[in-house]
Amino acid sequence: MKIKTALLVSAMALVPVGAWAADKTVGFSQIGSESGWRAAETTVTKEQAAERGIDLKFADAQQKQENQIKALRGFIAQGVDAILLAPVVATGWDSVLEEAKDAEIPVILLDRKVDAPDDLYMTAVTSDTVYEGEVAGQWLVDTVGEEPCRVVELQGTTGSSPAIDRKAGFEKAISDHPNIEIVRSQTGDFTRAQGKVVMESFLKAEGAENICALYAHNDDMAVGAIQAIKEAGAAPGSDILVVAIDAVPDMHLAIANGEANATVELTPNMAGPAFDILEAYWADGTEPEKWVQTESKRFTADDDNQAVYEMKKGLGY
Amino acid sequence: MIAATFRRVLPQLLILGVVLLLNFAVFPGFFHIEVQNGRLFGNLIDVLNRGAPVALLSIGMTLVIATKGIDLSVGAVMAIAGAVAASVVTGGAGWFTALLAALAAGLACGLWNGMLVAFFRVQPIVATLVLMVAGRGVAQLITEGKIMTFLNEGLIHLGAGTVFGIPTPIVIWLAMGALVTLVVRRTALGMLIEAIGINETASRLAGINSRVLLVTVYLTSGFVAALAGVIVAADIKGADANNAGLWMELDAILAVVIGGNSLLGGRFSIVASLLGALIIQSVNSVILLSGMPPEFNLVIKALIIIVILVIQSPIVKQSIYLLRAKASSTVSDMPGPASRPQPAKETRS
Repeated sequence: MKIKTALLVSAMALVPVGAWAADKTVGFSQIGSESGWRAAETTVTKEQAAERGIDLKFADAQQKQENQIKALRGFIAQGVDAILLAPVVATGWDSVLEEAKDAEIPVILLDRKVDAPDDLYMTAVTSDTVYEGEVAGQWLVDTVGEEPCRVVELQGTTGSSPAIDRKAGFEKAISDHPNIEIVRSQTGDFTRAQGKVVMESFLKAEGAENICALYAHNDDMAVGAIQAIKEAGAAPGSDILVVAIDAVPDMHLAIANGEANATVELTPNMAGPAFDILEAYWADGTEPEKWVQTESKRFTADDDNQAVYEMKKGLGY
Repeated sequence: MIAATFRRVLPQLLILGVVLLLNFAVFPGFFHIEVQNGRLFGNLIDVLNRGAPVALLSIGMTLVIATKGIDLSVGAVMAIAGAVAASVVTGGAGWFTALLAALAAGLACGLWNGMLVAFFRVQPIVATLVLMVAGRGVAQLITEGKIMTFLNEGLIHLGAGTVFGIPTPIVIWLAMGALVTLVVRRTALGMLIEAIGINETASRLAGINSRVLLVTVYLTSGFVAALAGVIVAADIKGADANNAGLWMELDAILAVVIGGNSLLGGRFSIVASLLGALIIQSVNSVILLSGMPPEFNLVIKALIIIVILVIQSPIVKQSIYLLRAKASSTVSDMPGPASRPQPAKETRS
């Protein structure tokens, strides 16, 4: 490694700044593959590294913090140039992060934050889940205008932070619009099956004609609910507007088929901004902000969802 | 036999009635059923339809528990069966092949559990725990960790379709329940299973081939779990290895317990377990229809279930019996048939 680096030093001076990442080694400790989004994040991270000529060392922690700490110690021992960490839990990172700091290896947190002094890591690249809810709510506000709209809400797993945040964000967006009212709200556990079951009960309790829109905290529940709406003899996307969050491939397909209206993307590309930060840091020592928010892009029928579906379905969702 | 069965399941019927009335209280349109797009549509139909997975599981679980065993792996087996069915249809085969493959996978899981319990004498809770943990991993391997979606109409029909206007899952669990009940009760099988649960050594000495029977009950459990898995996958047109059947083994055990069956094995009633499954689903329905915030879901469910189980506890049963005996002796000296100490004595259902 050292000889190779030494040989390249003179060549390095000649290449443009954008290629500073070339021949750098980055360790990536991933939580596991508990969801399709997580698998997509892994795929995109590997793609991004390959594109930039970064040698990515990937470690799958199988949902266990001790595996992540072991992986981090391994990366430090190997002397990698930087570490990407998607932490499985928020606490218990102080000592291993200090070890990385002592070894002068910058650590970037992906997708989740940790409870540790912020001088122990370089930055955190995450999405703002409250803002995601706001974007979804704003879409509904823009779409229905002054018309009265009775909304049913499918919440995520009770007590989970995305469920709390996405609810709060949506409520914030509609708070100044008394014509929009959440009439029923129940948990669908972030799963398709529960989304369908709970939507069935909403449809019966309220009557399909009395529901103007469905807001689901994730796309999987929305996809399940769309089936329930169809079975109840109503048209999802027109009789009942459907807006959700995540932008998984099947939701793009539903929008392309006119069965859903909008989704807010939780981008699987957290590594892209992280690598940008690292490249800037390696080039001229630029220190980033302590929190870098990823884009929460809104997809509606105006976008080419069929194309996005084709592009995303190979990512491992 | 019908009358005896009825007496055996009377407490479950009463509880089901009360929970259904609770549904009616929170949502007056609860009992309304109409035909929409050629299918029966209504909350009562939902209870029967959504109760299908747990009802199916409870059939196998009742038999396993009757042998003093337990099958913790059924939720994972559901995930495996759904994943197998989805991967077979996405591979281009027909729905019937997919169904057969899924059922074969379920039987293989049942065989594994049965062998561990019957031949290696591993305690059932430990033996099936292996597959409960590992099985979900197997399912995730098959689906490569994603929700494997499919568009095969035949397979989807098993979960979301109808037969003469009745949702297919209802038809499947009713048919399966009737079939297994007839097989174990019209033959000596049921009695032999009970004998194993009460005293396996004695039953073996009496000439019962307990090993084969034990393997058979775990096979049955695997088979019905696979059916439930196919229904759940077909319902959402996709195999969700992470969530399909998650914690459903606990609901299945609960259904058996609400059905008044003892976890110590012995006498059992499949009909009562099926009613137990419907009671659980009706409780879920109350929660959904009540419009309470989801934070209360588990609390409400726990409260209702505690009440049901306490009512069924021996002490409460005993005091109800004593009260009724007292009342009937003051009203008339003729003890009615309902006040006999153990009305279910000769019952096998």
